[in-house]
Amino acid sequence: MPDLITTANLADPDAVFEALMNAHRDLAPEASRQLDAKLVLLLANHIGDPDIVKQAIALAVE
Amino acid sequence: MPPHYPYRPPTDPGTRHPIIIVGGGMVGLTAALDLARRGQPVVLLDEDDTVSIGSRAICHAKRSLEIFSRLGIGQALLAKGVTWNTGRVFAGEKQLFAFDLLAEPGHEFPAFINLQQYHLEEILVEACRKAGVDLRWKSRVTAVDPRADGTTLTIETPDGTYQLQADWLLAADGARSATREAMNLPFVGKVFRDRFLIADVTMRAAFPAERWFWFNPPFHPGGSVLLHRQADNVWRIDFQLGWDADPEAEKAPEKVRARVAAMLGPPILPANTEFELDWVSVYTFRCRRLEKFRHGRILFLGDAAHQVSPFGARGGNGGIQDADNLAWKLNAVLRGQAPESLLDTYDAERIPAADENILASTRSTDFITPKNDAAHAYRAAILALAEHHEFARPLVNSGRLSRPAAYTASPLNTPDDAPWPPGLPPGAPAADAPCGEGWLLHHLAPDFTALVFGPTPATMPPGVTALHLPANGLAAHRYGAQAGDVILIRPDQHIAARWHHCDPETIDAARRRCLCLT
Ligand SMILES: Cc1cc2nc3c(=O)[nH]c(=O)nc-3n(C[C@H](O)[C@H](O)[C@H](O)COP(=O)(O)OP(=O)(O)OC[C@H]3O[C@@H](n4cnc5c(N)ncnc54)[C@H](O)[C@@H]3O)c2cc1C
Repeated sequence: MPDLITTANLADPDAVFEALMNAHRDLAPEASRQLDAKLVLLLANHIGDPDIVKQAIALAVE
Repeated sequence: MPPHYPYRPPTDPGTRHPIIIVGGGMVGLTAALDLARRGQPVVLLDEDDTVSIGSRAICHAKRSLEIFSRLGIGQALLAKGVTWNTGRVFAGEKQLFAFDLLAEPGHEFPAFINLQQYHLEEILVEACRKAGVDLRWKSRVTAVDPRADGTTLTIETPDGTYQLQADWLLAADGARSATREAMNLPFVGKVFRDRFLIADVTMRAAFPAERWFWFNPPFHPGGSVLLHRQADNVWRIDFQLGWDADPEAEKAPEKVRARVAAMLGPPILPANTEFELDWVSVYTFRCRRLEKFRHGRILFLGDAAHQVSPFGARGGNGGIQDADNLAWKLNAVLRGQAPESLLDTYDAERIPAADENILASTRSTDFITPKNDAAHAYRAAILALAEHHEFARPLVNSGRLSRPAAYTASPLNTPDDAPWPPGLPPGAPAADAPCGEGWLLHHLAPDFTALVFGPTPATMPPGVTALHLPANGLAAHRYGAQAGDVILIRPDQHIAARWHHCDPETIDAARRRCLCLT
């Protein structure tokens, strides 16, 4: 079973963080939650492997 | 007008019968028919003298139709029902997507037909009558006294109460099972905090025979709605009302008419489409089951054993598979062909099947009734993405329609002794395919059948009938079989074993394993 990558793997972390913040900047809390939910779903689909997604959920819940 | 079946005063108080079935709903009737066709004398007790009130179970899956075909009523149901393959899912005013359930060609039965439960029961009653089932109407079981070797039943009739003895009791008395309650058996699971208005509506509408499901439509803001066509121009409409709705007030005809009228206009149907209300009910759905379905000489089946919410049409279809699983086993035990321990495999096979149905319908119900803000947000995100992005559509859950259980972990299976292509492992229901002038499943024997592929001479052990099939046809393709392969099929048309090389002893060993003789 492949493992969730928890070592640094993101090419340009500052740019990714900035893009996330820009997307949320003008949003009310409810719209922010919508945006995050859409992002989670898009990324989960991109990952494809439910095991990886479940490992990420478990880690996030910790 | 619903049929009323003749009540006859009991003439045999105190008599002992090999098999008594409590409950003449769709599942009890199916079990009675299967056992009677296997030559067993069956007494069936039902508390009223008619069929289901309201349509209730309408979607009957291909596997149920194949079971009913084995019982001689498949074509009658197909002729009466409405065949459908297309489902559409809407959010607000927009269609998100459509799906097509049409299996590949080369099957006798379609993916689903819609037919009111009362029509199904009427056809079952007639078949039971012809098969010699002792049908006793207006016979309510009020007390159940189980012993190691049978059960004493107390039965209330218009002529007072009497008792009968049953060697074997099949409890098919529905979700409120009196048998289950008399035995004090816990029936645990969850209740979904929501209410649904279910209506049967008669109308002449040139509207396609499809399953239409709306999330939050303009004519019913905030709720979901499901529309299905049934036989005789009757349509079934389910409105999600929410937990705070008052079930009695919602059933008022004027209130229901207003809801239906708001829906049945443009753009769905022409303005002023006329309709009549046939039946209205308000339900709260549950998912729960008994811990075990076999309790000595008492066996629970259908809603008495397990209950699911209706999204996915898994209640009735699951119950039919219970009857299919139990009848041949009980028949084999009563004929002395198998030990009583064969009946423990009813639990081993049908409990995982019930859990699969409970899981699927719980997930659908949780999608349809979000429980908290996060669930609302995720659902809104899925519905918003699904309109334009194909990836989000499989996440939309408006009901995962009933699939036949494959008993892949069953102790009755003989494990493969060599690699096979994926698809139809031991435990799976046998696939249909064209066969000569007819269909493969029609050629299966009432006990064990060996499918023999290619020009292979085959000697069969006693109790097994060979069915020779070409090694290059559609059947061979569906079973992943090549010339020389043999596949053993059980009396309920599930696969027991398969081999690339076998002799009569190997086949006999697998048959004996299936009867718990080894
Ligand atoms: C709104 C709704 C929609 C549904 N849609 C579908 C669907 O599309 N597809 C599907 O497969 N399933 C569906 N179901 C589920 C389906 O209706 C049930 O799973 C099915 O009726 C179970 O059959 P049964 O024979 O076990 O029980 P029931 O049909 O409830 O029959 C029980 C019988 O036992 C009798 N009885 C009860 N107590 C006694 C007693 N003490 N003595 C004697 N007799 C007694 C009753 O008279 C009745 O005839 C739906 C259910 C609902 C409520």
